[in-house]
Amino acid sequence: MIQMKISPKERLAIQRQLMPEQDALERAHNFAEVNLGFPEQLALLEAQRCIQCKDPKCVNGCPVRVNIPRFIKFVAEGNLQEAARSLLGDNALPGVTGRVCPQETQCEAECIRGLKGKPVAIGYLERYVADWAFQNANGLKQAPAAPTGKKVAVVGAGPAGLTAAGELAKQGHSVTIYEALHQPGGVLVYGIPEFRLPKKIVDLEVQRLQEAGVEIECNVVIGRTYTLNELRAKFDAIFIGNGAGLPVFMNVPGENFKGVYSANEYLTRVNLMAAYDFPQADTPVLIGKRVAVLGGGNVAMDSARTAKRLGADASMIIYRRTRKEMPARAEEVHHAEQEGIQFEFLVAPVEVLGNDKKWVTGLKCIRMQLGEPDASGRRSPVPIPGSEFVLDCDIVVVAIGTRANPLLTATCPELKLNKRGNIEADENGMTSLPGVFAGGDIVRGAATVILAMGDGKRAAQSIGDYLKAKVG
Amino acid sequence: MHRIVSKTRLSPNVTRLDVEARRIAEIRQPGQFVIIRRAPKAERIPLTIADTNPVAGTISLVIQSVGKSTQDLVAMEVGQAIQDISGPLGMPTELIESGRALCIGGGVGTAVVHPIAQGLHQREVPVISVIGGRSKEWVIFEEELRRLGEVVVCTDDGSYGRKGFVTDAAKDILTAGGITIVYAVGPVPMMRAVTNLTRSFGVHTVVSLNPIMVDGTGMCGGCRVDVGGETKFACVDGPEFDGHKVNFDLLADRLSTYRTHEQSSLDRHDHNCRIGLGK
Ligand SMILES: Cc1cc2nc3c(=O)[nH]c(=O)nc-3n(C[C@H](O)[C@H](O)[C@H](O)COP(=O)(O)OP(=O)(O)OC[C@H]3O[C@@H](n4cnc5c(N)ncnc54)[C@H](O)[C@@H]3O)c2cc1C
Ligand SMILES: Cc1cc2nc3c(=O)[nH]c(=O)nc-3n(C[C@H](O)[C@H](O)[C@H](O)COP(=O)(O)OP(=O)(O)OC[C@H]3O[C@@H](n4cnc5c(N)ncnc54)[C@H](O)[C@@H]3O)c2cc1C
Ligand code: FES
Repeated sequence: MIQMKISPKERLAIQRQLMPEQDALERAHNFAEVNLGFPEQLALLEAQRCIQCKDPKCVNGCPVRVNIPRFIKFVAEGNLQEAARSLLGDNALPGVTGRVCPQETQCEAECIRGLKGKPVAIGYLERYVADWAFQNANGLKQAPAAPTGKKVAVVGAGPAGLTAAGELAKQGHSVTIYEALHQPGGVLVYGIPEFRLPKKIVDLEVQRLQEAGVEIECNVVIGRTYTLNELRAKFDAIFIGNGAGLPVFMNVPGENFKGVYSANEYLTRVNLMAAYDFPQADTPVLIGKRVAVLGGGNVAMDSARTAKRLGADASMIIYRRTRKEMPARAEEVHHAEQEGIQFEFLVAPVEVLGNDKKWVTGLKCIRMQLGEPDASGRRSPVPIPGSEFVLDCDIVVVAIGTRANPLLTATCPELKLNKRGNIEADENGMTSLPGVFAGGDIVRGAATVILAMGDGKRAAQSIGDYLKAKVG
Repeated sequence: MHRIVSKTRLSPNVTRLDVEARRIAEIRQPGQFVIIRRAPKAERIPLTIADTNPVAGTISLVIQSVGKSTQDLVAMEVGQAIQDISGPLGMPTELIESGRALCIGGGVGTAVVHPIAQGLHQREVPVISVIGGRSKEWVIFEEELRRLGEVVVCTDDGSYGRKGFVTDAAKDILTAGGITIVYAVGPVPMMRAVTNLTRSFGVHTVVSLNPIMVDGTGMCGGCRVDVGGETKFACVDGPEFDGHKVNFDLLADRLSTYRTHEQSSLDRHDHNCRIGLGK
């Protein structure tokens, strides 16, 4: 590709490029990816918008401090090989984060160009480079590090565990990941749907790790197949990244009627078990005509959009605050609206209604109004007395959060937890047990992919230091 | 991959598969189960570890063919391999250390009761087992249980052992007295009937619940059951619970969630077998 010299004025005149996407009406009926990715031409134009700040604010907005201007400069120069090297050096899973990070509150929120007009589409460019790297993997292989002879176990193959494993392998340690499910990826494969993050992308990221020497053993549940203490006896250090996978229910009457799902179950059936392909795949899922999804985060958006794709006439988000407080990524809310998802704001569930056969028939709700800001700074909703009403629906998906799963921690009482059951770890990921580190959702509570990855990366660093100190 | 090393037909619809799974064979305890996924695109289904051979590194699965997943599984032959087995899952059985135990098994539940009886026997707790089936050919695990203590066999039609339901025999034993605890595993109506019976005798009763499961690690909540008014996840909190506190109506109801799907799966499966598409 020839690189054109452009003047600062020309640079500033370039508008933010739009992500090509599948038509909304069409995609609301299939599970193929919504965003199609930048073609070369658009990527080049978008990369040229970056003014290469001396003191790049975007980098501060990134939880793992990706050197954003550097990789974008390489893209603008048409040097994708170097762009990929630069990006992969900073971020182990760019194909994932380019698709699912909340860029609008992180890197892009800090972009100087956003002050007047729209920020550089950093996420789209990240995805562009990552996808190029998948196609051109051979040129990017790194020479394996000299083996240290140290063995590290990683519990959980979610973003935290995968990132930690990759970094540890780079240091030359022998790394084994133990994953409870039959497929690595964590939420990336069981939670986030195909139309947002194709499984293929996660598979490729996992494959890259395996090629770097990481062993992955699936179907191993730590706390059952092996206890943490057994791992401690066999390995020099351990990283725990087992996520926050325990679903929270509402505790309202009728919650056990047929047709009430946790978002985890609903999405796991459809994603990991491919129930959208029933009966070609064996796992079934109930198909609703009117689906009510409770919650306002990414999990709720994913559930509502999944229900639509499975054939629901009406797929509704029921959220007890307003649009402004919704924690979901802006792009997902926008896409959901385009696909015809309905939003009921300031509404909370009171009871699930069912018929004599115990199938869900509706949701009794109450209207809310915003009161004083709570501890998180969000104005907390309070019910309006006498405002109850019934919403007809045949499926209810509960997406109001998850907590730490006690399965592993219950078998190791020595490991210090906080009062919510999350593992206590310092800023380096060190827990109360020597040689045991932790990160991701099991430490933070349900958070984000990039924060989990940041934890994995930092913990790998401190595990490296710990192992060195142990030798010396 | 987990190779099948032996296959035995135990009754017209119950098959035993011995499968390689060394780690699980070494550490499993009574009451625990595995989740298996036969092949890509197959369901994840829970099956109790009915027996184990730690030396050979195998576990025994005793499978009643009730739908597509179980039929596909028992159609596998020795030498073929199951894709995924994870476990051992669930809490081990709370075994008593002294006293006398009554183990009641109905249908394939007899295989689930077997490791419990084994565990009790190891602790030198006397065990009396009551097992049942429709008729003689449906009775399973009689010999295995006889090695662990007295066995009373019941058949609905009286073709073997005592005529009648397991609850009839259990009632006589409870009336005779001396039973400290009852372990009952079988179809939901049977477990409900047993718990109704033992309640009147005031004998603590443990049942093993079989709700529909997906992950088996507490991640989905699909296996939720109501025990004493509290929601429990059977895969991590159970599968065994105090039978006098279990809401059996809810369990039976939730088990019917996918009935139409199950039927369509089976119809399609049978059709494919007939026209030669199924393996
Ligand atoms: C539906 C959904 C959509 C989301 N969308 C976004 C998004 O758009 N952007 C974003 O940034 N974040 C999103 N998130 C949040 C994000 O996915 C999580 O914060 C992130 O995955 C946490 O990573 P983790 O590695 O800590 O844990 P997880 O991804 O939960 O992975 C933990 C892994 O550990 C395994 N495991 C658990 N227990 C054991 C055990 N005892 N032994 C062995 N293995 C075990 C699990 O099976 C799992 O594979 C979403 C979450 C969900 C559920
Ligand atoms: C902890 C646990 C241990 C179990 N151990 C054994 C065992 O050792 N041997 C054995 O044969 N079965 C066992 N089961 C039941 C077994 O998992 C189911 O029979 C199997 O999942 C049915 O799958 P299918 O596709 O063949 O049938 P489906 O077509 O899915 O269902 C056919 C019929 O079985 C019922 N059913 C569906 N899922 C289950 C389920 N999870 N449990 C009970 N009934 C179900 C349906 O309501 C329906 O009536 C156990 C279940 C649990 C939860
Ligand atoms: S099977 Fe998913 S929580 Fe028990």
